[in-house]
Amino acid sequence: MFDEKALETIKAGKEKWSNDVVGKTLAKNPERKEVFTTISGTPVERLYTPLDVAGLDYGKDLGYPGLYPFTRGVQPTMYRGRFWTMRQYAGFGSAKESNARYRYLLSQGQTGLSVAFDLPTQAGYDSDHPLSMGEVGKVGVAIDSIEDMKVLFDQIPLDKVTTSMTINAPAGILLGMYLAIAEEQGVSFDKVGGTVQNDVLKEITVRGQYIYPPKATMRLTTDLIEYCLKNVPKWNTISISGYHIRESGSTAAQEMAFTIADGIAYVQACVERGLDVDSFGPRLSFFFNAFTNVLEEVAKFRAGRRVWAKIMKERFGAKNPRSMMLRFHVQTGGVTLTAQQPLNNVVRVGLQAYAAALGGCQSLHTNSYDEALCLPTQQAVTVALRTQQIVAEESGAADTIDPLAGCYYVEAMTEKIEAEIMDYLQKIDAMGGTLVAIEQGYIQKEIQNSAYRFQKEIESGERVYVGINKYTMEEPPPQGLLKVDMSVGEVEAGKLKKLRAERDEAKWKAALDKLRQASQTDENVMPSVIEAVKAKATVGEICDVWRDIFGQFRPKEYV
Amino acid sequence: MTMDYAREILQGSPRAVARLMSWLEDEDERAYPVMEEIYRHTGKAYILGITGSPGAGKSTLTDKLTRTIRRKGLSVGIVAVDPSSPFTGGAVLGDRVRMSELSIDPGVYIRSMATRGFLGGISKATADVVKVLDAFGKDVIIIETVGVGQDEVDIIGLADTTCLILVPGLGDGIQSMKAGVMEIADIFVVNKADRAGADQVVAEVCARVDQDSHIKVKDWTPPVLKTVAVEDQGLEELWQAIDGHRAMLEKTGKLHEKRRERICNETLRMIHNELFRVVREQLQDSGQLDNLVTDILDHKRDPYSIMREITGKWISLPQHQKETS
Amino acid sequence: MAKKIKIIVAKPGLDGHDRGAKLLSRIFAEAGMEVVYTGLRQTPEMIVETALQEDADVVGLSSLSGVHNYFFPKVVELLRAKGLDDVLVVGGGIIPREDYEGLQKAGVNAIFGPGTPTTEIVEYIQKNVRER
Repeated sequence: MFDEKALETIKAGKEKWSNDVVGKTLAKNPERKEVFTTISGTPVERLYTPLDVAGLDYGKDLGYPGLYPFTRGVQPTMYRGRFWTMRQYAGFGSAKESNARYRYLLSQGQTGLSVAFDLPTQAGYDSDHPLSMGEVGKVGVAIDSIEDMKVLFDQIPLDKVTTSMTINAPAGILLGMYLAIAEEQGVSFDKVGGTVQNDVLKEITVRGQYIYPPKATMRLTTDLIEYCLKNVPKWNTISISGYHIRESGSTAAQEMAFTIADGIAYVQACVERGLDVDSFGPRLSFFFNAFTNVLEEVAKFRAGRRVWAKIMKERFGAKNPRSMMLRFHVQTGGVTLTAQQPLNNVVRVGLQAYAAALGGCQSLHTNSYDEALCLPTQQAVTVALRTQQIVAEESGAADTIDPLAGCYYVEAMTEKIEAEIMDYLQKIDAMGGTLVAIEQGYIQKEIQNSAYRFQKEIESGERVYVGINKYTMEEPPPQGLLKVDMSVGEVEAGKLKKLRAERDEAKWKAALDKLRQASQTDENVMPSVIEAVKAKATVGEICDVWRDIFGQFRPKEYV
Repeated sequence: MTMDYAREILQGSPRAVARLMSWLEDEDERAYPVMEEIYRHTGKAYILGITGSPGAGKSTLTDKLTRTIRRKGLSVGIVAVDPSSPFTGGAVLGDRVRMSELSIDPGVYIRSMATRGFLGGISKATADVVKVLDAFGKDVIIIETVGVGQDEVDIIGLADTTCLILVPGLGDGIQSMKAGVMEIADIFVVNKADRAGADQVVAEVCARVDQDSHIKVKDWTPPVLKTVAVEDQGLEELWQAIDGHRAMLEKTGKLHEKRRERICNETLRMIHNELFRVVREQLQDSGQLDNLVTDILDHKRDPYSIMREITGKWISLPQHQKETS
Repeated sequence: MAKKIKIIVAKPGLDGHDRGAKLLSRIFAEAGMEVVYTGLRQTPEMIVETALQEDADVVGLSSLSGVHNYFFPKVVELLRAKGLDDVLVVGGGIIPREDYEGLQKAGVNAIFGPGTPTTEIVEYIQKNVRER
């Protein structure tokens, strides 16, 4: 962006400044540290100048919002049109309790729903399964059958709100229930909008809610994508997630790199299925983390947009610009929250939300300050929602597009992260692709090593964490934490018993038989899943049919 | 707490088994009287070795094979060996992850072991731990070795049937196999056989088996099988092959031969270990070792004559006395 | 041969958050312990059988999904039923401080909350582990 002569002058000036001015100051007052690094361990220089972005080509590398390579944003007007969707991940206890919280959040200005399911639902077990003991309704809402789903969305018009569902291996079942409810509400499939996470690869690497071996689970993922393409055109069929990769300890660049590697695997699977990349490409969405180092996070998002656009265009030959857009949801960093002095977390979340806004997210969840202690209380949830409303309405971050573009540091960091991502992608390709890299534990080990390095930095005091290794203080135990009623499990088990006694046995059996047949061939399973949920088959029963056919899976763990 | 460990073990106490194994690993002297008592109850189990490079899928294969064996009504003991860190002495033993569901099967006993500096893919106490499981009444005992690469030959001494697990695409082409590795296998298993390149690995192994007279021995041509352990494919065939090998060993008397050789080696090794331990302790505790080392270092003495002198003093071998006098 | 501390690191229930459990497994191994990592989705029965077969000196439980009040006491109860009274049981994860007392009463020897230095955990184990 600068001509050579100007760069020469800047170079000379910087050298002079370095030697004369800085040298003198350093002699009197040394800097706090010899090497400064971001939370990801990336070195940070004293000063960034045009010299650090000398290779940047504005038109090629940055361009304009809504245009390739989308570095500056995926929409032409970004938040000047409308803010990101404020979507708080919520759900606990029974469907009825969660429904009440959703309606409260919508009444407070939230614009989309995000359903947290309890672990039995995510792992494909009914509430009365022995492995569900103690877990029912704990970290999310317990959904066993279409009856629970009806209660969950009671009085919520499915043509007006969009719903994101954090569900992976059993994604098709929960989507099937959602579609069946929409149908009952008289909403046609083409008006239904939302997202299922449906990202099974990161379950194997970092999140742990896997059920089936990789090949089988990828087939179910692809079935869902293919079905929605033809029948539910506004549905985001997958939310390729880096969030949990980061939570597991990765660096910012690793988060983006491994998520994009997963994305490549899904696109590959769909292409191999015979789908046109421009048919499903626009419905792929992403999900990332935001930590407190605002500038590094912004660079990460910008680099990710640029890399994805190039991959879709150059590697997969996409023609539709929408296929090339990295559209993403952000959740602020759960692991960054401290149990110590929990109110400090409000500030952390504020900075992280600011990073997400400056980074051009499409939707955002802000964490509650008490999440290192328990499930969020209503008060904490409200503060969290207000935090992103303040970022949107007061900070000014939403008023101009990609405001940090041209900042020497952010542009240099964007290039650096992009280079790191490309380096990882090359290594993974050389190994034989994402699935092989996962199977060999490469991705897992890279993440573990970063987590380990970070922990050592904290324990040695090399990296300061407020309230953990500096500025600590004695505090009384926190009061008023949210407790989930342990009896949810019994209530749900009772409901299941009743459901099983009252449903039409013949219809139920026929539907499950049909599902089994479809699953054993290469027929798309989604139509028979929808029939099965309508016949009141439970999440656990449907998952069992697949367990029977595909087997259960336990990945190798890398420590 | 005093406990009659031998009786407890023979009566089926997993806790006594567990503690005896710890003593064996620690070389705790309390182990030996118990071993003496239970020894006569050993020799009934059939011992399988599972070996192969890291990432070959040994744990998953062990898990699925165990399920297959359990369906035949046989009980199984598993010894899963992982490496100790040479720097810290610690170890992460992760093989149980793939076998979680077997933990609660009363017909299965799993013990994880760290190598504790022992080379060759197993640990020093592995042979003894196998004997404990044998006396404990397990019908089949599976030893899953460390995935250390291509030189784990120690397993051959311990197992009646050794399975070498290969996978396509891990770079362990047959050509790169070190001499002596192919020969340890009684059965070749090409796992992850749904991957590209599986048929090529099978073809390469078959060719080697055909050519190599050390692999294809009298009465036995090692079969080359395909499995996809993670999807439970090919395990029944693997078990049939193991059974076939066992039948051949029994029919030809080779099982007896093999076990005779094993006992011979083990007995010698135990004597060696014990002698060495006693001599070393005596030399160390008396401070004599330090002096000797200093002398050697200063070239006042040489290690050869010291070796002859010490062994001569401890073991009155006429030959030694003759030569040194 | 020096005796080694053998520790089971287990994730009870369906919780998939294993960053802490894996990190600690590595730290314990670095401290010279032999660590049996069980992986996810362990029932109390699985954990106790593992402790039994491995002759574990310590059982470390990690839970971030709010099920500690059910799982931790259950593990202690089953350990005792098998006669494994001298096994040290330690826990960590997202556990409100108000639950500490109840867990300790139920027989959990120590709870380590978020932000605890790993050196503190290692030292606690080394100091309190049984003789065998």
